[in-house]
Amino acid sequence: MNLLKKIYFTLPLIIFAMIILILWRGLKLNPAQVPSPLINKPLPHFALPTLFDEKKIVTNEDLMGHVTLVNVWATWCEACAEEHNALLELAQNEHVFFLGLDYKDDVDAAKKWLAQRGNPYQMIAVDYAGTVAIDWGVYGTPETFVLDKKGMIRYKQIGPIDTDSWEKKLKPLIAQLRNEPI
Amino acid sequence: MKKIIIIFILCIPLHLFAADDFYPFETPVEQNRFAALTSQLRCLVCQNQNLAESNAALAVDLRQQIYQHIQQGQSDKQIIDYLVERYGNFILYRPPFVAATWGLWLGPLVFLLVGIVCLLFYIRKTATSTRSNNFEDKV
Repeated sequence: MNLLKKIYFTLPLIIFAMIILILWRGLKLNPAQVPSPLINKPLPHFALPTLFDEKKIVTNEDLMGHVTLVNVWATWCEACAEEHNALLELAQNEHVFFLGLDYKDDVDAAKKWLAQRGNPYQMIAVDYAGTVAIDWGVYGTPETFVLDKKGMIRYKQIGPIDTDSWEKKLKPLIAQLRNEPI
Repeated sequence: MKKIIIIFILCIPLHLFAADDFYPFETPVEQNRFAALTSQLRCLVCQNQNLAESNAALAVDLRQQIYQHIQQGQSDKQIIDYLVERYGNFILYRPPFVAATWGLWLGPLVFLLVGIVCLLFYIRKTATSTRSNNFEDKV
């Protein structure tokens, strides 16, 4: 009967410890990072004019066959200015196709921004209405998609890219994707 | 008299007129569907507001999408599926009953059952202890 008594007194303690553990984990979660349901699915179809030549249309086809980074940005977005240097650096050092999606932005302001700060992108699609971004599940800028050679979304970085997220997540992932067959 | 008239005019809730201007529907049924949909969907930018309340640019865009979809004759389910496809279940204020949310839906029931079991034990215990006071020996 002694055992029953022991259980009787330790059970509330165990339950208490479990609740603390769950709440402790909850503190570390970031509710601003909403997981995308589009991970491991193909990037939803799009066809948009490019920033420097509006007659040229960029579509999913242009992203096939190579690892692609798609960075959603805008000149009115402060966090985009914050990550811009990191983007310039990775564009120089990594062999990826780097597409920019200029989101709900003024075209002239965007051109000026790139002239002043440098242009990390190989191609820039202009989403003036923001509808393509909605199709991609974008809910804030900046967001960066990592696509594999088949045009599948393999990861989405929410918020600016910094040294930490680059070294720990993006760089190893890109290296891995580059080794995958087309 | 003038003051009373001014006060009366100031009391007219102007926002009631404003909402209809932006999203004019042909029938009140559609109007109600729009109101219901936007109030049960979360704005992902300011997460404690729904799409009806939020002034975030994305919320404005999504309201516009919902408006257009209703105009095109889509059902509530189609519109909700459209948004969940893009933003995930997180956009729903009422989470669906899936594996990840079992704890959320069943948790209260489990706690209730545990509570009832504890209560039964307690009642039994007090019943026996009032009958014979040497309860401690029995445990």
